[in-house]
Amino acid sequence: MTAPETAAVATTAALALGDDALVLSHRLGEWAGHAPVLEEEVALANIALDLLGQARVLLSTVGDEDELAYLREERAFRNLQLVEQPNGDFAHTIARQLYFSTYQHLLYAELAAADGPFAGLAAKAVKEVAYHRDHAEQWTLRLGDGTETGHERMQRACTALWRFTGEMFQRVDGLDVDPAGMETAWLESVRAVLHRATLTVPEGPRTGAWTAGAGRQGVHTESFGRMLAEMQHLHRSHPGASW
Amino acid sequence: MVTTTTALESELLEIAGSVPDPELPVLTLQELGVLRAVHVRGADSVEVELTPTYTGCPAIEAMSLDIERVLHAHGMRDVTVRTVLRPAWSTDDITAEGRRKLREFGIAPPRVQEASGPVSVSLGPTRTLEPLHCPHCGSTDTELLSRFSSASCKALRRCLSCREPFDHFKEL
Repeated sequence: MTAPETAAVATTAALALGDDALVLSHRLGEWAGHAPVLEEEVALANIALDLLGQARVLLSTVGDEDELAYLREERAFRNLQLVEQPNGDFAHTIARQLYFSTYQHLLYAELAAADGPFAGLAAKAVKEVAYHRDHAEQWTLRLGDGTETGHERMQRACTALWRFTGEMFQRVDGLDVDPAGMETAWLESVRAVLHRATLTVPEGPRTGAWTAGAGRQGVHTESFGRMLAEMQHLHRSHPGASW
Repeated sequence: MVTTTTALESELLEIAGSVPDPELPVLTLQELGVLRAVHVRGADSVEVELTPTYTGCPAIEAMSLDIERVLHAHGMRDVTVRTVLRPAWSTDDITAEGRRKLREFGIAPPRVQEASGPVSVSLGPTRTLEPLHCPHCGSTDTELLSRFSSASCKALRRCLSCREPFDHFKEL
C-alpha cells in the first residue's frame, strides 16, 4: 500500500494507535464463523476491516506494515490491554466495542480538528468509527434492556472490562490531545448509554494495580501472547510466502 | 494552490475515470468520486491521485491496477497511482449520475449530508425519520436490519411496503 503523505509522524503515537486498530481488528476477525446471527458476522467483519485499514495507514508511517504486524514480539506492541482482551461471549465483545469505539471516536474527532500528522487519517476514520460506536451503543441497549439473560451477561461484561478503561486516557507522546477532557466526555457518554440500557455503571478501579504500566508500555495480559502466536504463525512459518 | 490541467491530463483523467468500480461495476471511478487528479510527469509518465472510500476498502488495490492497465493501453509507459487521504472522501462526492445508477442497480443511494464532519451518533429508533426511498418501489416506509451489509459502505434495510430487502449506500 502506498504510504500517504505524512510529515515526521511521531512513531510512538502511530504505533499506539496502529496497534490498537490491528489487535482489535484481529480479535473481531475471530468471530468469523461464530457470530450469533449472520448480520452480526458481517457487521463485526466490516468493523474489523475498517480497523485493519486504519492500522495499515498508521503502521506504514512507522515502517514495513507486515514486519511490524508479524515479526514483533509481544513486548514491542503498544496497544491498550482493553483491545487484546479475548472475545468472551457476544456481550463481552459488545462491551469492549462500546468502551473502545467511544474512546476512538473522541480521539479521532480531536485529531481531525487539529492540524497534526494524524489529521488526514483521523478525518476519514472518525466517520467510520461513528458507525462502530453507534453499533455498540445499539447493542448495549438491546442486550441491557432486553431479556434477563442478556441484561445479566451485558452487566457482567461491562464490569469485567471496566478495569481496562483507565489506560485509554494516559498521555501518549506525539498525540496532541487533551486526555483529561476526553476522559470526562467518555465517562459522560458511557454512563448515559449504560443508564439507558438499565445497566449499573461499574464502580471498581479503572486501572490495574501494577506500576510497570500497561499495554502502552508493552506490558500485556496473558491471552495476548496466544493471540499473537495465532496471528503470526503463518507468516513466521513461511517467511516471504505470497499468494 | 493553483494548478493548470493540460489537455492531455484532462484526457487521461477521463480515461482513468471511466474504469468501473471493482465492487460496484455499475459505477465508474469518476462517478464514485475517488479519482482526485492526474499529473503528467514526462513524455509517457503519469501520476494518478486516488482516494479510498473507507480507509480499509480492499477495492483500492484493484482500482489502482485497473487504472494502470488502461493508462498503459493509452501509451503511458510509467504509471504511478498514489493513495491520498486528504480531504477525506464523502458520499457527497458521488455524482448525481452515480446516484441514479445506484438506484437503478437496486441500491438506495446515500442522502446528501447537510453538514460535513462525522455522522451524528444517535440512540434513536431503528425506523429512520429522514426519508429514504426503497430502490424497488420508492416507498419511504423502510427499516434498518443491519448497519453493516455486504461491505462497510452499505447497510441492509427492508422495505415495509414491498417487503423486499435492499442495500443502502450509507452516508459517510
